[in-house]
Amino acid sequence: MSATTQQTLPPPARRRSRGAAGDTGFRVLAGTAALLVLILLGATAAAMFWGGLPALRAFGWHFFVGVEWDPVAKRFAALVPIYGTLVTSAIAMLIAVPVSFGIAVFLTEVAPTWVRGPVAAAIELLAGVPSIIYGMWGLFVFVPFMADYVDPFLDAALGPLPVIGALFSGPPMGIGMLTAGIILAIMVIPFVSAVMRDVFTLVPPSLRESAFALGATRWEVVRGVVLPYTRTAVVGGIFLGLGRALGETMAVTFVLGNAHDFSISLLAPGNSIAAAIANEFTEADSDIYRQSLIALGFLLFVVTFVVLAAAKLMLLRMARREGT
Amino acid sequence: MADQVAAEQRSETPASTPDASAAAQIAIRNLEFLYGGNRALKGITLDIPARQVTAMIGPSGCGKSTLLRVLNRMYDLYPGQRAIGEVMIDGQDILAPDVDLNDLRSRVGMVFQKPTPFPMSIYDNIAFGVKLHERLSKAALDERVEWSLTRAALWDEVRDRLGASATGLSGGQQQRLCIARTIAVRPEVILLDEPTSALDPISTLRIEELIDELKRDFTIVIVTHNMQQAARCADRVAFFYLGELVEVGPAAQMFTAPRERRTQEYITGRFG
Amino acid sequence: MSSARARALHRRRRVVNLLGLGAATLATLFGLVWLVWILGTTLWNGAGAFDAKLFTEMTPPPGEAGGLLNAIVGSAIIIALGIAFGTPVGVMAGTHLAEYAHGTALAEVIRFVNDILLSAPSIVIGLFVYALVVQPTGHFSGWAGGVALALVMLPVVVRTSDETMRLVPATLREAALALGAPKWRMIVRVVWPAARTGIVTGILLGIARISGETAPLLFTALNNQYWTVNPANPMANIPVVIFQFALSPYDQWHSLAWAGALLMTLVVLVLSVGARAALRRRG
Repeated sequence: MSATTQQTLPPPARRRSRGAAGDTGFRVLAGTAALLVLILLGATAAAMFWGGLPALRAFGWHFFVGVEWDPVAKRFAALVPIYGTLVTSAIAMLIAVPVSFGIAVFLTEVAPTWVRGPVAAAIELLAGVPSIIYGMWGLFVFVPFMADYVDPFLDAALGPLPVIGALFSGPPMGIGMLTAGIILAIMVIPFVSAVMRDVFTLVPPSLRESAFALGATRWEVVRGVVLPYTRTAVVGGIFLGLGRALGETMAVTFVLGNAHDFSISLLAPGNSIAAAIANEFTEADSDIYRQSLIALGFLLFVVTFVVLAAAKLMLLRMARREGT
Repeated sequence: MADQVAAEQRSETPASTPDASAAAQIAIRNLEFLYGGNRALKGITLDIPARQVTAMIGPSGCGKSTLLRVLNRMYDLYPGQRAIGEVMIDGQDILAPDVDLNDLRSRVGMVFQKPTPFPMSIYDNIAFGVKLHERLSKAALDERVEWSLTRAALWDEVRDRLGASATGLSGGQQQRLCIARTIAVRPEVILLDEPTSALDPISTLRIEELIDELKRDFTIVIVTHNMQQAARCADRVAFFYLGELVEVGPAAQMFTAPRERRTQEYITGRFG
Repeated sequence: MSSARARALHRRRRVVNLLGLGAATLATLFGLVWLVWILGTTLWNGAGAFDAKLFTEMTPPPGEAGGLLNAIVGSAIIIALGIAFGTPVGVMAGTHLAEYAHGTALAEVIRFVNDILLSAPSIVIGLFVYALVVQPTGHFSGWAGGVALALVMLPVVVRTSDETMRLVPATLREAALALGAPKWRMIVRVVWPAARTGIVTGILLGIARISGETAPLLFTALNNQYWTVNPANPMANIPVVIFQFALSPYDQWHSLAWAGALLMTLVVLVLSVGARAALRRRG
């Protein structure tokens, strides 16, 4: 046989393996780090709640339905930023949902394969742009554009109409909830379209093919097979976008106008919860002022938590079905 | 055949030569293995002699791999798996709760179905296991690496690129690296879990030669699907079916004159 | 007659199909227009203000020319603090999820919460760190900014390291344990190296994320007109400087804000595009 067989085995000289103590220590470290994620969520909620509680105690339910925001008289009620948050997010979703759906359909059904990668990467790039860039671009580029072209047109075309006219009347300043909503839409489009695209690709090929085999057009396959199959996850993706839109700060802070007068018009300056906190927190000169802003932060946290949790649950349901 | 009988007799004499390795014999008594509500092994009693190759054969799901994973308590990784009975390695019951698993596994090495090179250099792959259990000087470690790679018939192929990533080796080389890594720790027992099922015929042949070579120093237990492989490498063969040990005996006898009808049916390819 | 009707229906279906797919294409163009517009504007305005003074001079008083030196250094320090706090905790938490708690209900809860934190409004993180660090210490500081960024980065690192470690084949773990390795050495020497690309990608994505964050810094690091490298002081940083300068009425400040915006966008996009490309090549 080979020469190796002549070599004798080194005599065993066993040491007791080191590591039992290391194992416990490492395990504890890892477990602590993981628990920290839970603690972080709990502590954030708790800090917001306790920090904002005095304001909620002082103003009661009126805090959520009143419109006066008066640092001098130290009376605070937050309907204007709450309304602004809801309206800007609603505008954002009205635009972002159909556009994201279109992008997802384009990337999975329409585009030739060589186009898909680059276009998907470009849309993903939108998600990478820091939100303050959206804000700056909004303030210096998009606001003048809205003031010069879009606002006057809307005011002229829709302003005179009954009911909805009120939404579109006012001086063409460019800033306001419509502008903020559009910018939010651009920001959430990459997130929503990415989720939609991902779940569209999860549709079993056999399902799509059997629809095509029946003579369905691409559009009919999307409407009749892809969308119903992925409905839950698509709604989850939309909620994910909504969660982002509700909490987005810098992009809207620049273009909302930080107004505390209630105005129904989408073209008038407004406010949002996040923008109010960003603009005023460091300047809050009384405890109750700061507490009111923290109470707003608590509200924002709870609402986005619920929306994001719903989104996550819907996406999980889709993932479970795929998994089994 | 006469050779195998001779090997049988040799193993009967206790290992007492001073320069011989500490190859151990294994005694399994009434071993049950529970997996959820499932009895994967039923009352196994089996002696595995030192310095021989014992092959475990049987159709998929017969429990042979499970038994292998009892011998180094790999099943401990997975909650809900439990072994009851007695498994003595060199007189120590390895199923006892106070057994140091790291120490046990340094005595009972294992090579897996697919090669498992760690994402590090060839040298570091070998040194990884050694450094766990011994503190060696750089020179001693170098020597150990060379020794184990030589024993695994890989040294000549890798001596010039010990610092290269182990994942760049061919499948057969990777498997020999894993064998080298296992013997570098100087175990008493080597468990081989279908070590050639992912390899080409030439690599398989080299591994089989290696196994034959290694049994001088180690107790070897191999699980295989390949009847020819069992016939070629093994001194003793144990046939498992549905969690039971059907028959065990010298390889020659098992393949020429099995006592049990089920054994005969399996090795002649009538099922499994 | 019925064939005429069938033909009409067929034509109608074709038209609907073309309209639907055409609308999808338009929607994609719509998305791309904004990308080009926003990046183009940033590049154009930023490049105009980009010069050597940016990296050599301090942020100027209103109406004067200057650079962003203190803000660049401040940002670098705060981001480095964020990485230093966020990375080890994130990787360890991911390790716990993938290696110790795999399959347990607690792990599922932590993953769920972590995914929510991933999208939670960062301004709330700023408020939380204000309460956690700024209020007890009594002043804004680079430390507080670092903690805030660490909290923003943490979920990104937890998620990617958890996911990539779970992709490491179980046989590799068993092979390490079969040599008698204690579990922690198995993780550190075998699992981490095997998952290295994914973990590093996650860290890079986390850095990209915090490099572009403004909201958590507004009430933590605040800003500082002067030079400081001591994180115990309030610290200038690019995003907050952009925020203040862009909202000011001074042209010099505006162009500095654009230069900062370009710098920040470049850093963030290079990091995130690079990280994603690495992740894709591996997968």
